[in-house]
Amino acid sequence: MIISIASGKGGTGKTTIAVNLALSLSKGTVQLIDCDVEEPNSHLFLSPTIHQVTSMGIPVPRIDESKCTYCGKCGKVCEYHAIAVILKNVLVFDELCHGCGACSYLCPEKAIFEVEREIGIVQEGSADGIPFVNGVLNIGEPMASPLIRKVKESIQKDKTVILDAPPGTACPVIETVKGSDFCVLVTEPTPFGLNDLELAVGMLEKLGISMGVVINKADVGDREVWDYCQSKNIPILMEIPMDRRIAESYSRGVPIVVEYPSYKQGFKGLFEKVEKLHESSRRNGAVK
Amino acid sequence: MEQNEIKQLAIVSGKGGTGKTTLAAAFAALAKNKVMVDCDVDAADLHLLLQPKILMQEKYFGGRSPHVDLDKCTQCGLCTEVCRFHAIDNGVVDPVSCEGCGFCRHICPEEAIVMEEAFSGDWFVSETPYGPFVHARLGIGEENSGKLVTVVRKKTVEIAKEKNLDLILIDGPPGIGCPVTASLTGVNLVLAITEPTLSGIHDLERILKLSDHFKIPSMVCVNKFDINLENTAQIASYCKKNGSRLIGQIPYEPKVVEALVQRKTVIDYPCNEVQGILLKMWQGIEMTLRGEA
Repeated sequence: MIISIASGKGGTGKTTIAVNLALSLSKGTVQLIDCDVEEPNSHLFLSPTIHQVTSMGIPVPRIDESKCTYCGKCGKVCEYHAIAVILKNVLVFDELCHGCGACSYLCPEKAIFEVEREIGIVQEGSADGIPFVNGVLNIGEPMASPLIRKVKESIQKDKTVILDAPPGTACPVIETVKGSDFCVLVTEPTPFGLNDLELAVGMLEKLGISMGVVINKADVGDREVWDYCQSKNIPILMEIPMDRRIAESYSRGVPIVVEYPSYKQGFKGLFEKVEKLHESSRRNGAVK
Repeated sequence: MEQNEIKQLAIVSGKGGTGKTTLAAAFAALAKNKVMVDCDVDAADLHLLLQPKILMQEKYFGGRSPHVDLDKCTQCGLCTEVCRFHAIDNGVVDPVSCEGCGFCRHICPEEAIVMEEAFSGDWFVSETPYGPFVHARLGIGEENSGKLVTVVRKKTVEIAKEKNLDLILIDGPPGIGCPVTASLTGVNLVLAITEPTLSGIHDLERILKLSDHFKIPSMVCVNKFDINLENTAQIASYCKKNGSRLIGQIPYEPKVVEALVQRKTVIDYPCNEVQGILLKMWQGIEMTLRGEA
């Protein structure tokens, strides 16, 4: 089962839930993948040993000037304006290129070849018996999605896979949660938390992914998140109170369940609820 | 009348949830002669505090997506073969995976595919008690948030010129990717807000590197600095090393959340201690923007 941990709003506790959930399940059954390649944080709590670092690139076009007739076809087909012919010059703007390959395929002179341009790295390792993967996007690199796709290639389908998603509801989040069996949305009971929860719910509805909500810092703010979840019939899976001790152990990079093992029960409960909901939605899906 | 030079301040953080919008709203209440823009277009929140009255709404078209005439399609499979995003299967497009490159359209031997403008969201110009405000709502699950950021920023500059305003306040998105890059190009000063946690420090370093990459001067504010004084000291020494001025430290204060729940800026809610710190911070930022510090 693939469980993604997402949230519209940042800083609500995605990484906390992902890491503590992974640490609360039986060893050997779980894999943790940090898909927030712009700002990966899970490793700060798990201190994994990294066995393998792989460079990840996307193909970008280069020109064989001896074959190029400067016909301009490449510039016409590129939707991203990443390649242009100006007089007898072909300009390539690497940062705009999505690596779709249209220009090289469609060049009538076969004058375009592709080279890999690194956009980040994938790190694989393990932390306390838990297989761990993350991606780190190079600074200044705008496109996170291809690296997220690459990181997700490491998914071990026989395990419970926990995906720590980036914040928001745009392409990097969609790239992460796509293909998940269940998505846990982490929020906080404030107007910001609610507004961004609604956006995230809209996204998951569009993608057709079952979901549940974890309310973090549950005793600050107001009750509107509960009312909203009730009105939308979205199950609340767990509530975590605002606890300065949790905030302090978080600040030092210590997972809650390591500092306060009694919390493990709560995270196991969260997993059991997810399993049950996933099972029932699968059965409903089969009936359809 | 002579046009003042327009200064742009971008509030960013790397890590989400450190207080960008809270800070942007407070500065909206403190700064004079400015226009605000929310560049966190896929999870916009600043409008919740600024009480906008929408004056203008525009549709945003983020890119093009393929439409297949299935009557013409012969199921030859060429589109499926060339698509590197696994987004088309014999004429059936998966809009979630599609990046709009148009390769399929060019390759289709039956010319069964056309590219059509994709409606990807709305953007707004509003009036608020604090001044003009430009904001947006990216369509659910849409791409190209960076392009939408560029659209709203362009409008904001127009408004500043038209109304002779000298400051643009940018509430930025989290992360370091495409919408952040689009939020930072051409700004005069980056204010990075962080918290004294390992995650906060890690993400601050990455956002400051991005700011250096674009050669933009940066300042740092530590929110909830008293949660971990050791980490706060570490941030201070990192800032010194990096040449980023540590402009303010805000204590953990439940009243900040209370103000938010009341949908008020911290400046408009009784919270003297934090207000004093924010006011001092703002004065320092203003002087830097004017080139006096």
